[in-house]
Amino acid sequence: MSNLMRPWQSLLALALSLLALATLPLLMPQAPLAFSLMLMFSIFVLTIGAALVSLLPLPALFLSVMLFVCAHFSTGLMIARLAGNEGAASPAFFLVLAANWLLAWRCVSLLCEIRVRSKMADNLLRLVIPAIFGAWILILWEALTRGLGIPFIILPPPSAIGARLVASVPTLWADVQQTVFKAVIFGYVVGCAAGFAVAILADRIAFFRRGLLPVANLMSALPIIGVAPIMVMWFGFDWQSKAAVVIVMTFFPMLVNTIAGLEAAGSMERDLMRSYASDYWQTLTKLRLPAAMPFIFNALKINSTLALIGAIVAEFFGTPIVGMGFRISTEIGRMNVDMVWAEIAVAALVGSVFYGVVALGERATTFWHPSNRSR
Amino acid sequence: MGQEKLIRHRIMPVTVIVIAIIAIWYVGAYFMNAPFQRDLDRRANVTSTVIEFLEKTMSQPKPTLPAPHQVAANVFENTFLRKVTSNRSLVYHAWVTLSSTAVGFSLGTILGILIAVGIVHVKALDRSLMPWIIASQMVPILAIAPMVIVVLGAINITGLLPKALISTYLSFFPVAVGMVKGLRSPELIQLDLMRTYNASTAQTFWKLRVPASVPFLFTSMKVAIAASLVGAIVGELPTGAVAGIGSKLLAGAYYSQTIDIWAALIAGSVLAALLVTIVALAGRLVDRAMGARPSGRPA
Repeated sequence: MSNLMRPWQSLLALALSLLALATLPLLMPQAPLAFSLMLMFSIFVLTIGAALVSLLPLPALFLSVMLFVCAHFSTGLMIARLAGNEGAASPAFFLVLAANWLLAWRCVSLLCEIRVRSKMADNLLRLVIPAIFGAWILILWEALTRGLGIPFIILPPPSAIGARLVASVPTLWADVQQTVFKAVIFGYVVGCAAGFAVAILADRIAFFRRGLLPVANLMSALPIIGVAPIMVMWFGFDWQSKAAVVIVMTFFPMLVNTIAGLEAAGSMERDLMRSYASDYWQTLTKLRLPAAMPFIFNALKINSTLALIGAIVAEFFGTPIVGMGFRISTEIGRMNVDMVWAEIAVAALVGSVFYGVVALGERATTFWHPSNRSR
Repeated sequence: MGQEKLIRHRIMPVTVIVIAIIAIWYVGAYFMNAPFQRDLDRRANVTSTVIEFLEKTMSQPKPTLPAPHQVAANVFENTFLRKVTSNRSLVYHAWVTLSSTAVGFSLGTILGILIAVGIVHVKALDRSLMPWIIASQMVPILAIAPMVIVVLGAINITGLLPKALISTYLSFFPVAVGMVKGLRSPELIQLDLMRTYNASTAQTFWKLRVPASVPFLFTSMKVAIAASLVGAIVGELPTGAVAGIGSKLLAGAYYSQTIDIWAALIAGSVLAALLVTIVALAGRLVDRAMGARPSGRPA
């Protein structure tokens, strides 16, 4: 039963491409440049052929590679022909596109079934499967915006965003320097260090901790980002005010998590330290801080995102004429949507790198923790 | 916990900390407002006593840091003394923000649950979508808020929906991640038991996975509702200050109405605390209705 059910993507893809053959051509009649017969032939051969072959009981690895190559080559041919034909795609065009998407889905499900022994191949699979998904988001975005002729202002195609990104690297780099290297990093380091220091203080004085913890828990649920206009008023338009917002935003998650982490060491281990006659600071540095590391890194990860958000939003309230938030708010005012998307892509990249660095630090520091060992 | 212990270990420390914060606030207000007040006095050729000077720093119309009682008076005035429909009423602005928060939060929760159900049941979705959901947590999503507002405004979609969309975007991540964890929380031995009962996938889902995921759902909903409030507030920033707590902040920043900014902040904080409390209470009620033991909740 499950063997019969499994290739439903292939069957559906086959049906869709046959339907597309029946409703040719691929472009509306008013399109300036038509598909050549040769091109159309190769697109259909690739898609229908891949769908047919994938119905055969062949090895999963072979099938998935074949599907990958055929589906993406066929899609590539279709999208390449869209140049000059924006907005003139016919229903048949989208039927073939949907067929190719289904084939890619089938390819991913086949890849999921593959059992590999070597660690390298497993890591490769771990990378390839989400990469295909991400690529298809871009492909569908590109094909839909250009095929349907969606106005540039509403949603520019990814290729245009990429072109704009490459063309304005110096501007984007200056924005990153202003927002990330000045405001975010300074604020992040100071905010996290302050949260950590206060947590240690709260750990030493029980009364202080009991009073502070409910207040801090409440504060970390509040929309702290609202202090941005106040900070801009106090510290001026330059990066100092953004760093102040980042400090306030990162302080409370760090405080709450560190206090929770310092409670994480078990009473057995604490008793052991006691039997070694270790004093407070020895117990702290040798037992309780290492035990708290997963919690502290959790806060560092949360804060890496919060810091970037805080700095960008604070720039909406006033900046010198450089910075990521400034660029987003001014370019949207001038309806340069592709520039805004380019800036967002850069922000995403910076955010991922930031997060990745913290995650690497976590791997290096908490290699003993079960959540890292099991991988 | 005995009543005396509750007072000694909870109420007294919190009270002391809150009083300390207010005291620091007053001292800060004095020192931050003093230079400007000194300047004013010198220009007006007034020499005031220490007490008079202190009073003046606490009653400027546009202070650098308003004193707590000024903010409290402003909040009280704009909450209780104005008509609810008035443009200056904080209740009105809080209501505007609350409505888009609620719509966005509901949409985001539903979307998050659906995605989680898909991820738990379709393996291809798990391996291809899950890494992206986690990756998107690292992206400063709020940065697209102004663009969503302006672009949707360009095609004549204005008002509540664009802001709600931003809230949806912010709130579906925590729910999706928490629900995946929750739906997977039944242990192997429990899944095996369902198998020995010859339960179908649907039966296992409704009778085992869903009940097991409820505590996780409410925990992540608490995070999500706070996030959607932030989304709604930031979404109000680029709308040209029409209504809502975000626009109140922006208007205050434009006209240097610091007391108004602080009052709007307080209103937002009260709203956040209320929303989180409501979700927490609902979680506790559902838990009790389902007959859960009090200890069975994740932190």
